[in-house]
Parts: sequence; C-alpha cells; structure tokens
Amino acid sequence: MSTEPPSVMLSSRAAARARRGAALRRFARSYAAHRSGMAGLVILGLFALIALLAPVLFPADMLDITKTVQNETLEPPSGEFWLGTDEGGRSILAVLAWAARASLTVGVAASAISMVLGTLVGIGSGHYRGLLGSLLQRLTDWFLVIPFIPLVVVLAAVLGQRGLGTIVLVLGVTSWPGTARLVRAQTLSVEGRPYLERAKALGGSDWHQMVRHVLPNVMPLVLANTTLTVALVILSETTLAFLGLGDPYLDSWGTMLDKANGAGAASTGAWWYLLPPGICVILVVLAFTLIGRALESVLDPRLGRD
Amino acid sequence: MAVTSPVATELSDDSTPGGGSGGLGRFIGLRLLSGLGTLLFVLLFNFFLFRLLPGDPAARYRAVKNISAQDLARIRDELNAPVMEQFWAYLRDPLALQGISAWKGQPVWDLVGGRAWPTLVLLGTSTLLATLIGIRVGIRAGWRRGGSFDKVSTGVTLLFYATPEFWLGLLLILTFSSGIGPFPSLFPSGGVIDSGIEPLSMAGVVSVAEHTVLPAVALAAVYLAEYSLIMRASIVDELSQEYLTTARAKGLMDHVVRRRHAVPNASLPTITLIFLNIGFIIGGAITVETVFSYPGLGLLTFEAITEQDFVLMQALFLVFTVSVIVCNILADVAVAVLDPRIRT
Amino acid sequence: MSVLELRDVHLTYRTAAGPVPAVRGVDLTVDAGQVVGLAGESGCGKSSLISTVLRLQPKSATVAGQVLVGGKDVQTLSWSALRAVRWGEAAVVFQGALHSLNPIQRIGAQLVEPILVHDREATPRTAGARVGELLSQVGLPARYADQYPHQLSGGQKQRVMIALALTCDPQVLLADEPTTALDVMVQAQVLELLTGVAAERGMGVLIISHDLSVLATTCHKVAVMYAGRVVEEGPAREVFEHPRHPYVRALARAFPTIGDTTSRYAPAGLPGDPPFPDHLPSGCPFHPRCPEAVAQCPSVDVRLWPAGPGRAAACVHVDGAEVHGAGLR
Repeated sequence: MSTEPPSVMLSSRAAARARRGAALRRFARSYAAHRSGMAGLVILGLFALIALLAPVLFPADMLDITKTVQNETLEPPSGEFWLGTDEGGRSILAVLAWAARASLTVGVAASAISMVLGTLVGIGSGHYRGLLGSLLQRLTDWFLVIPFIPLVVVLAAVLGQRGLGTIVLVLGVTSWPGTARLVRAQTLSVEGRPYLERAKALGGSDWHQMVRHVLPNVMPLVLANTTLTVALVILSETTLAFLGLGDPYLDSWGTMLDKANGAGAASTGAWWYLLPPGICVILVVLAFTLIGRALESVLDPRLGRD
Repeated sequence: MAVTSPVATELSDDSTPGGGSGGLGRFIGLRLLSGLGTLLFVLLFNFFLFRLLPGDPAARYRAVKNISAQDLARIRDELNAPVMEQFWAYLRDPLALQGISAWKGQPVWDLVGGRAWPTLVLLGTSTLLATLIGIRVGIRAGWRRGGSFDKVSTGVTLLFYATPEFWLGLLLILTFSSGIGPFPSLFPSGGVIDSGIEPLSMAGVVSVAEHTVLPAVALAAVYLAEYSLIMRASIVDELSQEYLTTARAKGLMDHVVRRRHAVPNASLPTITLIFLNIGFIIGGAITVETVFSYPGLGLLTFEAITEQDFVLMQALFLVFTVSVIVCNILADVAVAVLDPRIRT
Repeated sequence: MSVLELRDVHLTYRTAAGPVPAVRGVDLTVDAGQVVGLAGESGCGKSSLISTVLRLQPKSATVAGQVLVGGKDVQTLSWSALRAVRWGEAAVVFQGALHSLNPIQRIGAQLVEPILVHDREATPRTAGARVGELLSQVGLPARYADQYPHQLSGGQKQRVMIALALTCDPQVLLADEPTTALDVMVQAQVLELLTGVAAERGMGVLIISHDLSVLATTCHKVAVMYAGRVVEEGPAREVFEHPRHPYVRALARAFPTIGDTTSRYAPAGLPGDPPFPDHLPSGCPFHPRCPEAVAQCPSVDVRLWPAGPGRAAACVHVDGAEVHGAGLR
C-alpha cells in the first residue's frame, strides 16, 4: 500500500466516496417508494417543527400557572382556547406544543444511549469467542426476559430524583437488549465473510476488525432498529409519566395524561384534555414505527414489512 | 408392484433416520437449566437494584402505624446489617417471606397473594381475545400481502400498536362508563366485583365479568396489534419457502395450502416471539389496572410506587420477572414439542 | 403423442424498472415416453419457462403463447380444472435438497396428500398403502413414511421427491435440477431412477439442468437456452458431441468428458457473464461473448434454423440460416 503514489490513493478514496454517494442515492430512491415510510417522515417533520417553534408560537408565560389563574379551569374548546384549558387554566394547545419538546427529546436521547450500549454489547458478544463473548451474550439474554415496563418503573422509582436526565438514563439503559441481539446476529454473519477472514489472517487487531469491518456493516440495520426504539421509548415515557414517575415540573404528553386522569377528565367527560395528548403520542409513535419499518424493508427486503 | 429400477434396491445413502426420542427430554432439561441460570441472575439483580436506594431504609417504616414493635426491631436489625450479610440472608430466603410492607405493615406476600386472581382473570381474558383475533388477522393479511385487507388491517394494527393502552382505557371509561352523548353508562369502572358479592357465586361471576370487560378490551386491542403484526411477519417469511410451491403444485386449494402448510410453520416463530414480548403485556396491566382501579397486581404496583413501598415493589418485580421466565420456558418447550426438528 | 407442448411461450416480469422479458418465444415438445433435457446457465429463463407448465409463475409475470398439458392450455384453464392438471397430469420433481418438503410434516402425510386430493376413491388406508409401495419403488423402506424431512440425507430426500411426483401417475414429469447439490454417485442413481420409472410408465420427462453432460447421457433430446430463447436443439448425444452453436460448444466443453483425455487439457469457459434479461445485447444476444462473432452479429436476429437431421440452431454460421435484419424487429 505504501508504495502507491498519493494520487492513486486519493482517486481511490474519491471513488469510494462516489460509490457511497451512489449507494445513498439508491437508498433514498427505494425509501421514497415506501408510501408509509414517507408518511411517517412527513408526520415526524411536522412534530419536529412544532417542537422547535413552540417558544415562538406559545410564549413560556402561557405555561406558568401563576399567570393563568384568571382563566377558567377545564374549559371546553372555545375561540380563545382552541383545545380548551387544563385544571390550571392553561391553554391545552400551548402545553401540547411544549410537551412535544420533552417527548421527542426523551425519545431521541434515550434511544441514542440504547443504540450505543446495544451496538457495543452486540458486536462484542459476536466478535469475542471466549468468556467475554458468552458473558455478553448471557447478559443480553437475561435482560431480554426481564419485563421491560416493570423494570423501567422499578428503576425510576428506585432512582428517586425525577429529572429529565433520570428518565433518559432509565429508558436508555433498559432498552438496549433487543438492539444487542440484532447486532450480534448481524456480526456473526459478517464475521463469516471472506474479507473478515482476510483481515484476521493479515493480523488486523480486534479493534480494527470491529470498527473497520463489522461496524459499517451492522450500522444501517442498527439505525433502522433505533428508529423503532424511539417509538418504544416515547410510549414508555408516557407510561412512566402517567404512573407519576415523570418529571413533575416538565410538561410531556405523559404528564398531561397523568394530570388529566388526576383531574378526573375521564369521569367528568373532559374529552378535550384526554384526546389531544394521546393522539399526539399515537402519531409520533406511529411515525417512528413507519419510518423504522420502511428502513428495515429497504435494507432487508425479505422482512416483507411494507 | 415390482421394483422397477436396478438401483432402487440398494441404498448408498449414509444416514439411516435416527429414532432418537431422547432429543426432547434433553432439550427440556437444557432449557430448564438455562432458565435456572436466568432466575439466579434475576435474584441477584433484584437484590442489588434495591440496594441502590438512597437514604436510611429503616426510616421508611416509621410512618407505618399498625406494625408491631417486635417486627420493627427485627426489620431495623436486618437493614442495619452489612450488605454481604444481607445478601447471604437474601440468598437463603430470596422470596423474603417475612418481608413486611412499609405501606400496610402486612407481610408483602399476603398482599401479593390477595391481588393475584383479578390480574389472572384480566390477563387471561384479554390474551385469549387478542390471540383469537390477532392471529387470524395476521394470517389473512400476510397471506394476501399487499392486498386490500392487508393494507387496512396493517394500518389499523399499527395504529393500535402506537396507542398507550391506558389512554385507550381512559377513552373507554369516558364513553362507556361515565357515559357521553348518546352512550349511556354501560359498564362500571373501579374494582373487580361489587361489594358484598361472593366471587364464586353466579352473581359474582357476572359482576366480575362486568368489571373486566372494559379493561380487557383496552388491553386486548393493544396485544392484538402486537400478535397480528408478529403473525403477519411470520407468514410473509413462509411465503417464499419452496415447500409452499410444492403444496400448490400438488393441486391443493389455496386455503388448504395456507391452513395445512403455511400456518403451522409460521406459528412456531410466532409462539416464541409472543412470549418474548410478554413483558409489554405485564406493563400494560400496570397502567390499565390503575386506570380502572382494578385491584390486581398492576394496581398494587402503582400503589407501591405512590407509597414508596420498596419491599412490596421488590416482591412484585420478582413475581413479574419469574412469571416471564416461566412463560418463556413454556413457550420454548411448546415449540420443541411442535417442531420435529428440535424434537427428534 | 405429445404430452407437453409449448408454443411460442413468452414470460415477462413486471418490475418497478419496467418489464423484464425472461422467456422470449420458446417452442418445445415432450412426447410420451420421451426424456427431454433443457440446459442453460442460471438466468437463461429455463426455470421461468418451467414455472408456466403448472401455472406456478409468480403473480408479477405475464405469460403469452400456449402451454398445452395433455392438449389443455393450462394458462387459460379455470382454477378448478387447473388444480386437476396439477399433479394429476403433470408433476414436478423439485430440488429435494432445498426445502421443497414441509419441514414439520411427516413424509407419509406429504405423500398421501395429493392422492387424497386427486383420487376420489382413495381412503387414508389405501393411500397409505400406495405410499408404502412408492417408497419401496424409489428404494426407500416403507417405514420412512414416519420420518421428517430433516432426518433424511439429500439423496434420500430426492428419492422422496420422485416418489411424491409419482403419487398420481401423471403423464409428464418435470424435474427441476434434480441432481444439483447431490454428490456424483448419488446423482447417477437418482437420474437412473427417474428415467427408469418414467420409461416403465410411459411418461414424458423434462429435465432441467445447467449440466449439459448429465443431460447428454440421460435424455433423448435436448434444448439449450440462452437469454430466454432456445439456441440449439436436437438428439442429446449429437448436440453434446457436435454442437453447432458457439454457445453450446462452450457449454459442452465446460464439462470434461470422462475417458477423453484431451478435454482435460483444454478446460474451456466463457468470458463474461450471461446478460441480464432487462438489457439484452442487440442482435444475437450471445455476440459479446462469442468467440466466432462476425460483423453482422450485433445487428441481426437469428431464429432457429434446421442444422442437420432433427437438429436446429440459431447462429449465422449455420448453413442457410434465416437471418432477420435489425430493421425487421
């Protein structure tokens, strides 16, 4: 390699870049053919926009209960409050928009933690054959059987301080086993391929083999899987918040539902307080699910998820 | 009929089929052994998880009113012992049979035992409902993949899949229990049985059924989505298999090919996956029971959270986890019994 | 009497990128008692062609031309009439090494199934007895009926597939790569078994293989396909020993003849890969790989042309070949 003139190196690198660019374009084309995947992207884009623009559309004052006391509480939708008010007299529409920030943040941040953990454990358990590998595999299997929601609930309860960080951490460290299992299977199949045999024969270090050869091959599926994890995490955050384990000072769709339930919205017929947060959760979770399934089906057509 | 070909009489092939009936026993033995390993891990995990708790554990019992001074002294001694000693005590008695609830001052296992049956009734009915419908929907959608039934049903199931089950429960209360618009109040919400009725009498069964309908529907809708998506994926996986081409070539009618060949094969991975996902089902029970004030283990979990009763929480977590482990072992054994490739 | 007749069969797959013609006008006849071979590289359209015989082609494929089994065009039959033809009049020996058998059903149950479907008088008892006979005819003990596919070796599974194809006494047997993935000794046994039982019952057999030498020793007649068309056909031995089409010459040389030492010193292969059916080369689709291509090859379309008694080949080098100018298509 070292004898090659630099210009050849460069051009081969340029060729690699061109190849990657072409692969990306091909990927985008086949993704665009998935109508449901595109619908997911549109829904998600809409919510991301709302989350970003929330402070502009609804000044933070609108969420401050000390400044909304003069409003009617639990008022049905009206010209002034399109979606009515909550038990603190706040506009439900404003709270809803601000809550999108919390729900999306938790979903993406926790899934990122889960992705890193799952990829590390998965590649490690697939690559190392000895004690380490089987230990990591066992660990994955054990965590897979522990029921997810009870684990999350207990962990959140045990950790006590209810901040956004705690919730992200709890959901992040509990949702990785599925990713790890997928990555392990993929790693095993990559490890059997000739170019890895070659890397091994040439004496490539474990790190080199894992980072340069295995990782690029598992990454696309990991990303698809992580998209599905975001859906799961957002649903779980809703459950946590509903059980009173969320951050009480932060509005998320889950805490809204918790408060609505506490305010007796179901028994008093305050549908305008119950419906919107639930519908938002459904739409965002659906969006991530559709995107994840479309990604999976583009990457692995045999899955038949279209 | 006479033997037609000269080569037909001689068998050059290597293997004679093994009669091995020991395969299944061996498999179940191994599965039980690995289940035992998982159980051990869960016990350790359960112990150390609750040692993460900040603060003085004994202080949590101070608020309890109806606890005997004797019990309180014993608990204090136990909780003040060194961690390794506590761990040893835990290993000898992992179920903490003498554990006292910090909330009620009663032994936790009495509390758990009294709340088990409503949860079993609720999970039983909703699982039955969801399996019967979900599996059928999944089969039909997967078989005519891309057809109109598939498009509609997959859309609906994905929608239910994305729905928090407790929210669905709240909507059901809003429409059918509180009564809204044209809907009268049809079903009671709260409790599992009207007070003063003997559960095992005729009236008791009716009352339990009335109380169970709405929470069961809320849970079933979500499980149904899960089951039908899994079954659909399994059927789609089978569609490309060569043995289905063979079955079609034989002149079988389409529904016979599906019923006799595709569905049994697709059921095997489905069983495993459904049981692997049982953790979500239990999670659903926690919130739905809370919404309906349905006095099962799920509501008890919620109460343990609100009352900060960690001994009770620990016991519940153990119950949930052990049931999942047992269910997983049962699923694997069921698959092994049904699948000759594992059995023989 | 011909039991299977293909008349100008075309098969086109509809794909997102446009129509892909996999079979482009094939005529082929199989008479009762005759063993016909169909050869070609993978991707030449031979499997697509075979799928039309029982109308098992995927839904994304459209078929034109006539596919006559016992005189009936299976492509236009009603579903119930089609089901009667399937296995009753034409049966397939699928690749047993693949998962052509249901992995979780006993061999016996899978063999009984078509008997009960097609023979109204059959009872589970008589069908079971018949399965026992069939198994022993293909050289397997009757007790194998109680086994599951994974308990058998590749050769045994292939024997089961032959027994399965015989269950309803069809007039035509289609054998789709029946010996691929079997070791050489077992290959010979399976082929002998297959042609033996067919000859005894006067069935017509169509064997598909990429291995021309296998076909040369077992078939009466062979047809060689390239890019969706038959490029040469004739008596099996003659085609193998004196091929007229350059492609068939290359194909025949690719498999050494046993006992012929010269073939070992001239291992021949073809440069390049077979063309993708979605963009075929112009003119004769073989011309980019042809060692004997001449100036007119890229622009002319050659049809099958008589090339000796009972033979035909599609090449400009065949005397008197009918050549269509590029402008005619």
